[in-house]
Amino acid sequence: MNAAVAIAVGSLFGWADVLLLRDYNTRVVVLGATLLGMGAGVVGSFTLLRKRALIGDALSHATLPGIATAFLVGSALWGDGKSLPLLLAGGAVSGVMGVGAILLIRRYTRLSEDAALGIVLSVFFGAGVALLGIVQQMPTGHAAGLESFIYGKTAAMLSRDAWLIAGVAAVCVAASLALFKELSLLCFDPGFAASRGYSVGWLDTVLMAMVVITTIVGLQAVGLILMIALLVIPPAAARFWTEDLRTMTRIAAILGGASAFVGATLSATYPKLPSGATIVLTAATAFLLSALFGSKRGVVLRWFRRQAFLRGVAMDHLLRSVYETLEQQRAEQADADGASIARLMALRSWTPAELRRVVHRAERRELVRRDSQGAIRLTARGAVEAERLTRQHRLWEMYLITHAEVAPARVDRGADAIEHVLDPETIRHLESLLDEAAILVPPASPHVIEPGALGEASS
Amino acid sequence: MNAQARHAANLNGDDPKVPLSVHDLTVAYHRKPVIWDVGFDAAPGQLIGVVGPNGAGKSTLLRAILGLTPKASGRVRVFGKPYRENRGRVGYVPQRESVDWDFPIDALDVVTMGLYRQIGWLRRVRAEHRERAMAALERVGMADLAKRQISQLSGGQQQRTFLARALVQDADLYFMDEPFAAVDAATEAAIVELLRDMRAQGKTALVVHHDLQTVPDYFDSVLLLNMRVVAHGPVEEVFTPENLQKTYGGRLTLLDEATEAMRRRERAL
Repeated sequence: MNAAVAIAVGSLFGWADVLLLRDYNTRVVVLGATLLGMGAGVVGSFTLLRKRALIGDALSHATLPGIATAFLVGSALWGDGKSLPLLLAGGAVSGVMGVGAILLIRRYTRLSEDAALGIVLSVFFGAGVALLGIVQQMPTGHAAGLESFIYGKTAAMLSRDAWLIAGVAAVCVAASLALFKELSLLCFDPGFAASRGYSVGWLDTVLMAMVVITTIVGLQAVGLILMIALLVIPPAAARFWTEDLRTMTRIAAILGGASAFVGATLSATYPKLPSGATIVLTAATAFLLSALFGSKRGVVLRWFRRQAFLRGVAMDHLLRSVYETLEQQRAEQADADGASIARLMALRSWTPAELRRVVHRAERRELVRRDSQGAIRLTARGAVEAERLTRQHRLWEMYLITHAEVAPARVDRGADAIEHVLDPETIRHLESLLDEAAILVPPASPHVIEPGALGEASS
Repeated sequence: MNAQARHAANLNGDDPKVPLSVHDLTVAYHRKPVIWDVGFDAAPGQLIGVVGPNGAGKSTLLRAILGLTPKASGRVRVFGKPYRENRGRVGYVPQRESVDWDFPIDALDVVTMGLYRQIGWLRRVRAEHRERAMAALERVGMADLAKRQISQLSGGQQQRTFLARALVQDADLYFMDEPFAAVDAATEAAIVELLRDMRAQGKTALVVHHDLQTVPDYFDSVLLLNMRVVAHGPVEEVFTPENLQKTYGGRLTLLDEATEAMRRRERAL
């Protein structure tokens, strides 16, 4: 009991130490990881939009054999292989070789890029694991630390490693900002960029170089298996919040930085927690929240928009159905001024509940009212709106019949689908095309309005 | 002087008054020729329609002239110089389908891209550039949609955005790849008016076009293309049923067969 309390209190102090960044080493390591997350977010925004995101994954996996080889070479030459610059240089060399292999496979075989990615990623990683096995058989036995490159271990990082990360990340962000115009043009329209005299190959190389160095310096902190997450998840999450590239890179930088900060802090507090995993899980949480609640493309927002659109469509249908029913009753000399629910039910394929709901909404908006017999009548405002909608619908139907050769009996469905999204410019165009500009009331329906016929047509 | 004779007189294409001179241009994808020995001169201040069936190499011709597709052989001169040296005088409107319209930018940003080269490396887009982009959008009737994200634009509006991006450069020679493809009537009318404006200012435009009916109405001269040049010259001389039959009718059977055989052999290797 006491022991448990002691552990809890101890870890609380550990937490406090980390959160307040009391320890110099931890402070620098967390700072480095945060800057790495920001840099990866910015660089990743461009690779995501260039549709090259997965190359980063192949690249990071392909670093492992280089790291192991560098360790073996270092041990053989100097008796100690654990020199970080040497290991990272080795990783960079084999990583770039991996990307080169992908490009060669794509160019000289008929394999597609995803096959090339899969082959290179697995083969290089497999070679790396095999070499690590050899390293671990070595009598020196200092090799255990190499595993931190696979899973990431901020706790094992020294402050000078972190300064390296911070420096490189800052350089990448600065380069991305300096080349923002050119990189955005490259990602949007490489053909146009080339026609203006930009070297697309060179710009792609610059972008790829930033991915390479971000990945290499990030290996220690995030690990090579999960490094891709920092390059992809924050930009993908950012896209849900904005339609503007500048804002997207900013949000990606913030999300990437925050994920790396939280993950690195957790991992520094609990050395058994691999930092790569904690960083990725934090980023994934941010992604999930963005995908759901993003202010531009979030699922929830789109669901609400779609519901609003469908409600609008249902309202259009109600008003037009009432209008057409009244029109017909007038033609039949029946002196009813209201459309009965039964008749409306027969006119479209809606359920009683749907019809009830839309009638309620129309009543609230004072477009229709129920008379003493329960029939639905149009208010003055409702009549104007219903006339406009009916006219629009019939113009479109007539266009389909005269210009698109659609059989009249099939027209109503086709017109239904599109008329709700016609903009005023299109309507004006329809009018001039059909020479109906002078007609202010709806033209007669080009087909027979039969109760029930529409329901059948849809089934 | 007819088109052929004029072409012969300008054999090395160094005449700086000739906006575009193409000689013996051949392009091959995987050793399959796509266009073959294409040669013609474009006269200044003309709207030139490039017409031919699918797969005739119309887009490839434009891309090869602009150096976007490697040439197997041939020589291209723009105002008497290689394209590289006269890039500033050339505007390019790629096919609308060539880009992903889900990209996170608005119409004004796309148009501003036409100025990036002039703005230069390491420099920011300034207010004056945005004003010029805005003026170009106004010319295509899109001023009120400048701030709209590009996936929210209709196909015709996207096409007009691309046109504005080329207009903002104020070039003298324009290449347009199917600007009329799948656009609404309002856009088609706007583009035609724009082309006539450009011609009135002495500019030249080479336009890949699909609708044969409108060719005599829209263009001064026409380049009939089906892997090779079938005919080139003023619309009233060249745009004849016989030439169209030659362009759209019988394929180049022998050439086709030969290249197909070559491809089969390559695949077997």
